[in-house]
Amino acid sequence: MAKKKTIRTIPQDRTPMQEQLPEIRARNFAEVSLGYELAAAIRESERCLMCPDEPCIRGCPVGINIPGFIAKISEKDFHGAYDVLTDTTLLPAICGRVCPQETQCEGVCTVGESLESVAIGRLERFVGDMAIAEGWSAVPYIEPNDFRVGIIGSGPAGMACAADMAKAGCKVTVFEAFQQPGGVLRYGIPEFRLPNEVVDAEIAKVARLGVTFRMNALVGRLFTIEQMLNDMGFDALFVGTGAGTPVFMDIAGESLNGVVSANELLTRINLMQARDFPAHDTPLGLGKKVAVIGAGNTAMDAMRVSLRLGAEKVMCVYRRGHEEAPARAEELHHAEQEGIEFHWLTNPLAILDDGNGNVRGMLCQRMELGEPDKSGRRRPVPVVGSDFELECDTVVYAIGTNSNPILGQTSSLALTDRGYIVADDSLATSIDGVFAGGDIVTGAATVIEAMGAGRTAAAAMKRYLGLRDSNLPYAPAERASSLFGLAPEQRNFVRVQVA
Amino acid sequence: MVAEVVPNAVPYEIVTRTDFSDVTYLLEILEPDMAKAANPGQFVMVMSHADGERIPLTIADFDREKGTITLVVQAIGKTTREMQRDMVQGAHLHAMVGPMGIPSHIEGVKKVVCVGGGLGVAPVYPQARAFKEAGAYVIGVIGFRNKDLVFWKDKFESVCDEFIICSDDGSVGIKGLVTEGIRMALEKHNDIDEVIAIGPPIMMRACSQFTQPYGVHTVVSLNPIMVDGTGMCGGCRVKVDGRTKFACVDGPDFDAHKVDFDDLMARLKRFREQEKLVLDRWEQGCRIPEAPTISTPGA
Repeated sequence: MAKKKTIRTIPQDRTPMQEQLPEIRARNFAEVSLGYELAAAIRESERCLMCPDEPCIRGCPVGINIPGFIAKISEKDFHGAYDVLTDTTLLPAICGRVCPQETQCEGVCTVGESLESVAIGRLERFVGDMAIAEGWSAVPYIEPNDFRVGIIGSGPAGMACAADMAKAGCKVTVFEAFQQPGGVLRYGIPEFRLPNEVVDAEIAKVARLGVTFRMNALVGRLFTIEQMLNDMGFDALFVGTGAGTPVFMDIAGESLNGVVSANELLTRINLMQARDFPAHDTPLGLGKKVAVIGAGNTAMDAMRVSLRLGAEKVMCVYRRGHEEAPARAEELHHAEQEGIEFHWLTNPLAILDDGNGNVRGMLCQRMELGEPDKSGRRRPVPVVGSDFELECDTVVYAIGTNSNPILGQTSSLALTDRGYIVADDSLATSIDGVFAGGDIVTGAATVIEAMGAGRTAAAAMKRYLGLRDSNLPYAPAERASSLFGLAPEQRNFVRVQVA
Repeated sequence: MVAEVVPNAVPYEIVTRTDFSDVTYLLEILEPDMAKAANPGQFVMVMSHADGERIPLTIADFDREKGTITLVVQAIGKTTREMQRDMVQGAHLHAMVGPMGIPSHIEGVKKVVCVGGGLGVAPVYPQARAFKEAGAYVIGVIGFRNKDLVFWKDKFESVCDEFIICSDDGSVGIKGLVTEGIRMALEKHNDIDEVIAIGPPIMMRACSQFTQPYGVHTVVSLNPIMVDGTGMCGGCRVKVDGRTKFACVDGPDFDAHKVDFDDLMARLKRFREQEKLVLDRWEQGCRIPEAPTISTPGA
């Protein structure tokens, strides 16, 4: 056991992470945050009090043993830290970058009650990046069984479920509609926040578990859920098809050229490489003055890519205030540093035509905050007579998505009245053997929530198939290395066939 | 890296290539699963190479026994010209995904006019065939600018009970637009359940306007600009009955009398400048390696 630490004896201030300077990074696609160096990671790890209460674990949607992996970092046992992380998360390099830690683990950190909380996300990323650089791979001993599992969608929910089922010994096939795997990690999150090579490296880890990928396969249309279960020999399926059609506001001018959804803008850039147009064939058509409607993470991404693609002015138009913005704190902060112009309490009324079918501006009105609404946030109400024109040539909608209708059209899956798949607490759907999770069940959520759903569904799927996880808690490395010489992850599963 | 994790990528081999004219060509692609799943009215998204665009193409035919999907393509832009050059027999597409979209409604239609304008003759053919197989009385109306552009005349005629071919210059069939053929059909039969028209937007709009006074249910297949084709990007949004619909998942077939064609045609011009730019580069015998440039096209 490490010496008992107190809030007085730990390094007081949070160890800073190096970042590209705002004026430089706003014009390139390289990663904004450069990650911790070794010494910085060790210093930050020493700020963890190893408190017995462990609120951070409960704050994590997948329940990562956070004090456990941080203790390994402070012992300079980085591979050990990686082992602890990969007991729970397959994709530490991704989660360390994109999780909203301030509302999860870091938000409940005991240190955070008196000082700045421990930088858990940065430490997770440090370990994940080291694993990629060193080629560490968490390939456990897998005892194969005869079950075949189909995973529909290769985003974070599908990947997490695929990995767990592969570790449990099932033969897993992931079906992806696009030409490259990764889902939102590929088409949605831009490279300056999550480089494609990190996504590639993390997906390769899933492939090394024996998972096969079939690209360009649109389930529902190429195969139906029922065909997969009845004719193709799948014993269980997981549906993690992600976000659906983008929401528009049904205001005048939405079909003008220059109006796009954030999903379209980001897909063109991230998946289709439109930023290298014309060397890549997919065009982008971004203007010089870009107004993005919305203030969530997707809105921040759309604004920051627009800036990087040469827009002279990028504006955020949001009908509520700064406090109500749903974006991750770091993204909002980065966007402000990079020079995004924020128009809080501003509501678009119409998009204006230049006479040739292109956008010339947006008619907006000022809002003020009234009484709290259902979401608990204060409801914005229009200020009478406050209409004004905002000059812009591109309008990007980043106000959320609806459900994707394809599986509802092609299967007997029960849906909510808004078209999302109905699933119980274990994420079982109305069809026996079919589980679902992520945005297609909950509506838009975060990467880590989707991964958590994938893992919850995997646990239920294992029960459904009669496979059982051992409930052995993570064993410290010293003991692990003496027990048959196996790493902890190699003893992670005990399979019991239930008659 | 990605190739490593996709060991089982299906090679979309071109097994037949036929040229109908110097701009129109047919690709028959081996993809047995898709051939099994395809239905009339559906489309695919195609990428010819890794740096290419995803483009939507309506399925012109499918053969479940041979396991093939047939596409008929018009070489008008850079991507379709490049495919015309490269996609010869034995070549492989980089990606093909589908069948996408809601299949056409075939059941319960007793008498139908299937209208194909130019390239649209290809995608309306599987619908005509399906109607015929379902026992409907099928009147085919196909139109081309001139005799040299005609393709699939015999194939189309073989699934029709009546067949009318039109040409702008009268070099084949009756002289006039496909609306002339529709007029002949509607005047001869007063019990037509449905008109299906596929072709360029301007032709579909003309057909829609023409049938409206007759009150005949009319269906068009829309082909707006798409990126993913799976109901995610919203690029293919069209106005139908005043509401936003997504052609990729709510269509591609829509009630013609409710479609806002002006909106559709305006949105199809969205990338005109960029399309011209890449085509000019292509025509200058391009593919000269050069550093990627950041695109900052004016609005």
